[in-house]
Order: sequence, then C-alpha cells, then structure tokens
Amino acid sequence: MGLDIKLPIGLMFTIFGILLTVYGFVTRLDTININLWSGAGMLVFGIIMLALTFK
Amino acid sequence: MSSGFVLSWIDYSVMIIYFAFVLGIGWALKRYMKDASAFLEAGRSMPAWVAGLAFISTNLGALEVMGMTGSGLKYGMLTTHFYWIGAIPAMVFLAMFMMPFYYGSKARSVPEYLKLRYDEKTRGLNAILFAIMTILASGISMYALAILMEKVLGWNFHLSLVLSAAIVLGYTYLGGLSSAIYNEVLQFFIIVVGLLPIVFLSLKDVGGWHGLQQSLAPIVSSKGFAPDAWTTTWKYTGSAAANPMGVEWYGIFAGLGFVLSFGYWCTNFLIVQRAMSAKSTTAARNTPLIGAIPKMFIPFLIIVPGIVALVLLNNPAKGFTLPLNEAGQPIYDYTIIMLLKQYLPAGVLGLGITALLASFMSGMAGNVSAFNTVWTYDIYQSYIRPTTSDKASDDRHYLFIGRMATIFGVLVSIAAAYLASLFGNIMDFLQTIFSMVNAPLFAVIFLGMFWKRATGHAAFAGLLSGFFIALVHHGLTFPAGADTIVKGGWIAHLHAYPVEMAQNFWTAIFACFTSTLVTVVISFMTTQKKPDSELKGLVYALTPKLNEESVVWYRRSSTLAILVLLLVSILTILFW
Repeated sequence: MGLDIKLPIGLMFTIFGILLTVYGFVTRLDTININLWSGAGMLVFGIIMLALTFK
Repeated sequence: MSSGFVLSWIDYSVMIIYFAFVLGIGWALKRYMKDASAFLEAGRSMPAWVAGLAFISTNLGALEVMGMTGSGLKYGMLTTHFYWIGAIPAMVFLAMFMMPFYYGSKARSVPEYLKLRYDEKTRGLNAILFAIMTILASGISMYALAILMEKVLGWNFHLSLVLSAAIVLGYTYLGGLSSAIYNEVLQFFIIVVGLLPIVFLSLKDVGGWHGLQQSLAPIVSSKGFAPDAWTTTWKYTGSAAANPMGVEWYGIFAGLGFVLSFGYWCTNFLIVQRAMSAKSTTAARNTPLIGAIPKMFIPFLIIVPGIVALVLLNNPAKGFTLPLNEAGQPIYDYTIIMLLKQYLPAGVLGLGITALLASFMSGMAGNVSAFNTVWTYDIYQSYIRPTTSDKASDDRHYLFIGRMATIFGVLVSIAAAYLASLFGNIMDFLQTIFSMVNAPLFAVIFLGMFWKRATGHAAFAGLLSGFFIALVHHGLTFPAGADTIVKGGWIAHLHAYPVEMAQNFWTAIFACFTSTLVTVVISFMTTQKKPDSELKGLVYALTPKLNEESVVWYRRSSTLAILVLLLVSILTILFW
C-alpha cells in the first residue's frame, strides 16, 4: 500500500526514546530511573526499525 | 472517584506526538485510496507480519486490557485460559483449515462467504447482526474511554468523546482499512512499550515471581484456596469450588477452548478481516499464526500486574487502593489505572496513558472499518444499489459509500456511547445478546466448509435456532449473586451458575450444539441446490490442497503452526 509501516514506528519510537532519555537524565536527582531506561530501550528499538526501513 | 492523577508537560507531549503519527499515517495513505477495494480491503496487499500484529491488536482493546488485569487480580493465572486454550487452538485452526477458503474464495467478508457457500438470506442475517454488533461495541468502547478520561484525568466527558471519535474518524476516513491496520500495528507496539515498565516495576516491588508466590500464599489461603491457586492454570480445575474462577476443566475445555474461542476467532469478521487483507494465501494463513505468538505472551503484560495488585491491596504499607463503586465494591477494571499511578513517574506515565488511549482507539477503529466493509458490500451493494456494467463508475461510487459509511459508523457510535451513558445496563444487555450469534455462526461455517451436503435453508435455520437457544438459556439461568436481569434469568430462575463465566460457557455450548444439530437435520430434509462445481474453493473436499513445497520450510504455515502449538504447550506445562 505504498507506505512502509516500519518508518513511522521507527521515527515515533526514536523521538520518544530521545525525549524520555533526556528527561530521565535531567530529572535523575529528583527523588530505578525508569524514564532513562525506558527511553534508552525505545531509542534502540526506534533506530533498529529505521535501519530495517532503509536497509 | 478521585484518583489524583496529575499529568505534566512531558506526558501531554507523548500523547500529542502519538496522535500526530496516527493521523499522519492516515494522511500518508490517503493518496492510495483510489477505489473501494483499496479503501475497504486494503487492496489485499498486507505483509503477513503487519496483518498478524493488526490481527492481535484489534483484539487488544482497552476493555480487554482493563478487564483482564482486573481478572488477574480476581482469578490469578487462571485468566490465561483466555489467551492459551481459549485462543491459540482456534487461531491455528483458522490459519490451517479456514483461511484457504475465506481467502481463496475471493469473498470480501465473512457474510459474503456465507452468500457464496449458502444463500442470500443467510448472508443478510449475518451481515445485519454483525453491523449492529460492531456499532454497539464501538459505542460502548467510546463511552468507556470518555468515562475513564473524566474520572482519571478530569477531562470533560463530552470533549473526550468527540475528540476520540474525531481522531478515529480522521484516520479511518483518510486511509480506510489500510490506515486502521497500520495504526493497529503502531498501537500494538505502544501498548507493549507503555505497559512493560509496570510489569518490571511491580514484579521488582514484590521480589520477583518467587516473591510474588510467597506473598500470595497467606492471602490466597485466607480465601479458602490452595496457596498456589493464583499462580497455576489447570491444577485446581478438577472441582469448581477449588479454583477462584469457579469452573471445572471440562467447562474450560469445551466452553472456552472450543465453542467460545472458535466462535470468536474463526468467524468474527472484525478479526478475520485482518487476515483477509494479506497479500497472498500463504500470508493470509500466516497472519493468525504470527498473531498467536504475541497473543500467548500478553498475559505476562496484563495479568501478572493484576496478580501483583492483589498482594499490594493486602499490604497497607504499599498504599495501593482500588476505587469503589456506588455499592462500596472495588472497581476491578481500574486495577491497571491504579498500577500506572502507583509505579510510573511523569514521562513513562504519559506513555502508559497513551497505551490505554491507543487500545481504546484500536477497538473503535477496528469496529468502524469492519462495519463500513459489511455495510458497503453486504448490505448496500446487495440490497440497495447492485453493481452495473460500468466497473470504473461502480468503484468510485462504492469508495464514496465506504467513506460515508465510515462517517455514519462513527456518528452512530457516538449516539451509542450516549445511550450507554444513559442506559448502561441496556447497552450491556444488547451487547450480550448480539454476541450470542458467534457460537451458532461457527457451527454453520464449520459445517459449510467441511460438509458439502449442508444447505442454505439448513444454515439459516441453524443460525436462528442456535441464537434462539442461546437467548432461552440466558433467560432461564443466572450467575449466583446477580442483581440485574442483564446477567440472565429474565424469563425464569431455573438454574444458578456459580459464576457468570460458567453461564457464558454453557450458553455457547448449548447454542453451538443446537445449531449443529438443526443444520445437519434440515440439510438431510432439503435439497442441495449448489452443484459441486459451484462449491469448489468453498468446501474442503472439493478444493485442491495447498502445496507449500515452493515455500522455504521456515516460512511454511505448517512449520509456524507446529512452533505455535509447541510454545503454548510449554507455557501450559510451566504454569500447570
């Protein structure tokens, strides 16, 4: 159908990953840093999906 | 209920980004919607993995997520029966034995298969019942979303309703079934990612799986059950009194494992439509099998946190509570919401809330896209404006009708949502009644696919009689403690079941048995008007078997089916 669904999935999770990783890092002293870990996980997933899209 | 949820800018950012992508997918697909087939059937172009994830995501609506987490709290790992025996065998059967007929017959919907295999009246009955059922389900889902937003986030009920409807309408109107399917894949990932932190943090909080078992033992024993009754699946199903679900193994096996699950997974067009959008017969067969793999692991995402919630509820130091309804009873369906509040800080909280919103919308969009296909092909094209000799003109016309049906479906869903807000019990009752058509429908389609003697008159009578018996059984029985006729007993109180689930199982068993019996008997009393040549591709014995030798072994449906059955067997043994 013309659109490769891996592209929006990869883009969205890369954006979420960057957003939450940065937020988790900035708020790291504000009393597991779940934002940091979730963000990093999403960033990796997003980049893998983008790599699969453009491979 | 005051839940004390406060969302920050980052939570709203996550939501806004997600909905921008959802609408963006619809917009990106708009230019490919050139005819009715592209809009209503996704042009039969979906790869198996996309159709497979959409297949499972359609079923992963928010009412499912919230309800099953609550069931995890109430029944423990017994709830996994809905995901293992209550889903996987039916999905494998659909893939291996039914998809070749659904897909190979070129039917565009389940009602159209009934027309090809049986006759027009059988198709008409199924199409009308299905269209009403999907709109009711969509409306109830919309209502539940708006009420949740109002109670949890303090959003205005009417605004939540209109906003969610506008987003669903936006992407389904623009991109049709393709947009619904692509967004279901996106929703699948957001649901998994949004709920995973809860699983991880809640299990860590109680000392892992072993710590959970130890914490549960005294709580469960005090309820009169064995200490491991909440963490096993089959061990205590020898007697209804020995397990929290109140059902025996044969009720689970026959009622859930056969009739209810086969009725739902093999004949519900909302689900089957995803597989029918696949790009080839092999992809269509692989769709339910690919969907089966995440399906069997979903319990760890939504049921295990529910079990943890039982431990938290019994430990005042944790400060975990459930909101109470007007009768002072805990609202179990809100378990997942309260777990979000318990464990997630700003940031991942926005992700968790977005996951719930996504699951509500996938349920709505799935219903609307199935409705517009059945309305356009099985009702409008059949009874109002049949095809003409001008194919190009027809295509444009049915594309227009498909789009109008999308708008109509969303508007009627909104009306159904308002009806649910005014007459909640009546809407629940109607949905219960219309869902009773699944078991007789499976009996009729099963006989149609595997017995060439089954006739159109018999199928029609079988559908009606099964539906009628289901109604009568529901009207004569009720679950113990039921305080409303919505739960049954609206004719007389002939028999009380220990729990509502047992009543549902037996309603389906009686309906399926009656439908099968009536269809077989009337088939022998009537003449089969369709010659064998007309039944080719529709009946197993008259259709050439699919040859998978040209497909590499690890991509064959048979290999995938064996893998799926092996995995579910291992899980069942591990949690026996």
